[in-house]
Amino acid sequence: MIDFKLPSLGSDMDKGKLLEWKVKPGDHVKRGDVVAVVDTSKAAVDVEIWNEGTVHELIVQPGETIPVGTVLATLRAPGETPEAAGQAKPAVPAAAPQDFALAGARRRVSPAARKHAAELGIEAESLIGTGPDGAVTLDDVERAAAAAKVAPAASGAQAERQAEMRRAIAAAMSRSKREIPHYYLSEIVPLHNATFWLQKENEQLPLTARLLMAVLFLKSVALACAAFPEMNGFYRNDRFEPAEKVHLGIAISLRRGGLIAPAIHDAQRKTLNQLMQELADLVKRARAGSLRSSEMSDPTITVTNLGDQGVESVFGVIYPPQVALVGFGRIAEKPCVIQQKLQIIPAVTACLSADHRVSDGHRGALFLAEIRRLLQEPENL
Amino acid sequence: MSPAPAMTDREIRTGVLATLQQIAPELEESELRPDRPLREQVDLDSMDWLNFLVGLHERLRIEIPESDYAKLTTLDAIVEYLAAQRR
Repeated sequence: MIDFKLPSLGSDMDKGKLLEWKVKPGDHVKRGDVVAVVDTSKAAVDVEIWNEGTVHELIVQPGETIPVGTVLATLRAPGETPEAAGQAKPAVPAAAPQDFALAGARRRVSPAARKHAAELGIEAESLIGTGPDGAVTLDDVERAAAAAKVAPAASGAQAERQAEMRRAIAAAMSRSKREIPHYYLSEIVPLHNATFWLQKENEQLPLTARLLMAVLFLKSVALACAAFPEMNGFYRNDRFEPAEKVHLGIAISLRRGGLIAPAIHDAQRKTLNQLMQELADLVKRARAGSLRSSEMSDPTITVTNLGDQGVESVFGVIYPPQVALVGFGRIAEKPCVIQQKLQIIPAVTACLSADHRVSDGHRGALFLAEIRRLLQEPENL
Repeated sequence: MSPAPAMTDREIRTGVLATLQQIAPELEESELRPDRPLREQVDLDSMDWLNFLVGLHERLRIEIPESDYAKLTTLDAIVEYLAAQRR
């Protein structure tokens, strides 16, 4: 029997509300399948499963808010029979306290109350129970529903969502500044070659396939990470864990405020055209509130691009447990000395925020120099 | 692509605004000055801008070469450019 738990969806999310199941008991699932939709403070996230098997039991019901790590469902491994699964995990009387322990703060809720609360969109766990041992009963749910009718509705919900997102960002960024000794470096990166190359490329491409300079930035950071593994990975349990692949977290501002930084996976192996398509898709889905759990949980480094907002440079706050963030500012005409001649060329300021527990300024400087070097040869990206 | 049907400047303007509102749903048309640079009035990053142009391309069936981006500054300029392209 395999426990399917609510995965971590980033360091600023420690709980989620199950919105819907995409599977039912008896369904066969394989690695990467979307099995549930969970609402977080930032977006509704499609939760993927990383095991193959057959859904045995759905333990958490839609409408419930559960902490990360809670067992959402159980799966039978390939070849495991329902009977064997039943033996591995005895039915209701013994299973109930086990679930209770796994879920940590989960409260006793009667099945009827849970069902009715889910229908009404009420979090049964959050109610004060008046039943035996403080269990939440059907009466408790109905009282809460009557009280909710008096409370202000829709606009209040939107404001609360905004406030919750702000709290999540506050928690992650406070943790970052409390725990991570940041150091900051910046470098002016000439973009005359990249601008010229991009113009030539885009001349041949239909509007729908044109590339943005941001994609060249992403690829250069991803390639530089491969050469500087100490910028790419996680700092956990007092040590650095380098990541094998480069999953670039893309800082995306949401139109109603706040931001989210989902990942483009394995970015160093993708072509510029692939990265462009994936970036466009990611921005669209992030703003529509439709992201996948793997995109939320595993970025290994973050890139932020605030140049469109007109700032010259951005010294970002690292998203824990990552260890580095690269920021790009506005692309502007700047005086640069090229082959001993003063020239006015397009250039951008690239900044590195990095974790001093993992790397030193010397390596950080070389990392930024590598990004600059890569952007001088756009045809090789 | 089949030839684009004739459209008045007013229809083009309506199409431009509808496309813009798909990208920036918070946009209030009454607050938009048609003679002022669009990107100073609406929060559009480079991805939004590209999506806006793709939206115009799909809605109005017009090719917009990158070398013409600089002409697309204000709402008035965009409508004028698109009208000229469709003639």
